[in-house]
Amino acid sequence: MVALFILALSRVVKNEYYMFAGYVVLQYIVLASAWNILGGYSGYVNFGSAAFFGIGAYGAVVLDKLWQPPLVVAIVFGGIVASLVGLVTAYLTLRLRGVFFAIATLALAIVLQTLVMNWDFVGGPLGYYSVRPDSIAGFPSYVNYLFVIMLGLALIAVLVARAIELSFIGRGLAAIRDNELAAECCGVPTLRLKVFATMVSGGLMGMAGAPFPYYITYLDPNSAFSLAHGINSIAMPLIGGMTHWIGPVIGAVLLAVIQQVATVTISSELNLMIVGVLLISFITLAPNGIVGLFERYRQKRQRRLST
Amino acid sequence: MVTFNLLINAVVTGILLGGFYAAVTIGVTIAFGMLDIVNIAHPVFIIMGSFVAYIVNRHFGFDPILTVIVAAPLFFLLGIAIFRFYYAAFESSGKGSLRGLAFFFGIMFVIEVTLLLAFGVDYRLVQTSYIGPNIGFAHIDLPLRMVVPFVGSMALVSGLYIFFGHTFIGRAIMAVAQDEFALSLMAVDTVAVKQLAFGVAIATAGIAGGFLIVIQPVDPSLGREYIGRVFAICVLGGLGSITGTVIAALILGVVETITSTIFGPSWAPAVSFAALLLTLAIRPSGIMGR
Repeated sequence: MVALFILALSRVVKNEYYMFAGYVVLQYIVLASAWNILGGYSGYVNFGSAAFFGIGAYGAVVLDKLWQPPLVVAIVFGGIVASLVGLVTAYLTLRLRGVFFAIATLALAIVLQTLVMNWDFVGGPLGYYSVRPDSIAGFPSYVNYLFVIMLGLALIAVLVARAIELSFIGRGLAAIRDNELAAECCGVPTLRLKVFATMVSGGLMGMAGAPFPYYITYLDPNSAFSLAHGINSIAMPLIGGMTHWIGPVIGAVLLAVIQQVATVTISSELNLMIVGVLLISFITLAPNGIVGLFERYRQKRQRRLST
Repeated sequence: MVTFNLLINAVVTGILLGGFYAAVTIGVTIAFGMLDIVNIAHPVFIIMGSFVAYIVNRHFGFDPILTVIVAAPLFFLLGIAIFRFYYAAFESSGKGSLRGLAFFFGIMFVIEVTLLLAFGVDYRLVQTSYIGPNIGFAHIDLPLRMVVPFVGSMALVSGLYIFFGHTFIGRAIMAVAQDEFALSLMAVDTVAVKQLAFGVAIATAGIAGGFLIVIQPVDPSLGREYIGRVFAICVLGGLGSITGTVIAALILGVVETITSTIFGPSWAPAVSFAALLLTLAIRPSGIMGR
C-alpha cells in the first residue's frame, strides 16, 4: 500500500532530485533488509555488503558491454552471480566460527575491488561510462524508471525478509542465533540454513547493485565496492532493530534521509562519521534498536495498565 | 621476463616485508588469538601510530621509530580505555560476538573519518637518514627503509616472545588465553589481565605504525588494505601463537612480493585473501595451531 502511494507520488512529483534521492533511500532498504536476513536473524555478521553490491553493479556492466539487455535481465544476472559468490564464501567459512565468516566477507570486498581494478574489459581503475537508454515507454524520465524499478526491488526484499522471518527458516535461524549447538542437536540443519540465508541475502544485494551503473552513469571500482555500503547496511538494521523485518526499513529510511540531508548541507565525509557514531551509540545503549525501544515502552505501559 | 636475479631480490624483499607484517599482526594475535576479541579496527590503530610519527617528525624532526616507541605507553592507555568500554558494554553481559564486531567496525570508521577530516586524503611521509640509501652485496639490493623496520619488528616480536614466555604477567595472559574460568577460580582478576593484554596489543599497533610510515607513505584509508592481510597471517599462523605468526608473516611477505614481481603490484592484496580462504578450507587451526 505504501509502495502504491509512493508510486502514485512518483507520477506527480516533477522535481527530479527527489527521485534521485529517493532511489538511494530505496536502495538502502534493499541492502539493509538483505543484510538482516543473515545478520539479524542468525547473528552472522556480513561486512561484505559492498562486495555483493559491487558484483551486481559490475555484472550489469559486463552485460551492458556484451549486448545491452533490458535492465531486468541485468538485475537477475547480478542476483544470481552474487548469490553464487555467497554460496562459496559461506560454504568455506560458515562451517567454522562466525568470526571467520565476518573477516572473510570484509576481505572479500577489498579483494574483488582489486580484481576489478585489474580487469581491463570493464574499464579497470578508469571506470566505465554506461549510456542510459533515451527513454522508456510509459515513464516520464529514465531516473523515474530507475526509481520505480528500485521501489519494486525494495518491496521484494522486504517481502522476502518477512516471508523468511515467519517461516520455519526464520525460526531455524533464530535458533542458531540463540544457541547454535542446541539448535544443531534439535535437528535444525544449521549449515544448510546459514548457506541458504547467505545466498538469499547476497543475491538481493547483487540485485540492488545492478541498476547502480545506470543510476550514476559512471562506475569506478571505488564507488562500486565502497565500504560505505558495508557500514550502512550494518548500521541500518542495528539502529532500526534486527529481530523484526520492519527494523531495517525504519533504520534505512532514517539513516539514508539523514545522509542525504547531510550530503547536501555539510559534507560527504561527515556522513560516514554520523553513521559510525550512531552505530556505536546504538549498539552500546540500545542493542535492540528502535524496534526494541518501542517494544520496551509498550511492555512498560501494559504493565502499568494491568496494575 | 622474470630472471633468477629478480626472483632472489623478491624473496629477500619478501622476507623483510614479512618481518614487518609480523609486527603488524602481533597485536591481532594477542587480541584475537589469545583474548578472543575480534579487533577489526587494529589496522586503523596502526595508521594512528603512523600519523603520530608523521606529526612529531614534521614539527620537531624526531626519528619516527623512536617517536612511536616513546608514544607506545599512550597507545597502551588507549587500549585499556577501549577495553574497559568494550568490556562494560558487551563482554560482561555475555553478548560479545556480533555486537562487539559491529562495535569495532564502528570504531574503525570513526577513527578513519577523523583522520580524513584532520589530514585530508593526501599521502604523508617522514624524513629520516635511512630512507633512501640501499645497502647491497652480491646481486642483492636492500633498501634501508625496509631493513630498519625489519630489525625493529624482529626486536618487538622477540621482546613479546620473552614477555609471554618468561615473565609473571605474560604467563598470566597466556593462562587467560588457555582457560579463563579455571584462572578465575584461583582468585585471579582475569578482567585486569585481559585489559593489560589488550593494552599491549594496541601499543604494538602504535609501534607498527611507526615502521609503516618508514616503509611507505601513509593515507588515512590505507588501513583497509591491512585488514585481510593481518587476519590472514593471524589465522595462518594458528591463532594466538607468536612463533606461528612470524612464520606465517614471512610466508605471506615472500608470496606477496613474488606475486607482485610476476603479475604486478596491484595483485598483492589478493594473495592474503587466497591464503585466508585456503587456510580456512584446508587447515583451520593454522601452522602452529593447537
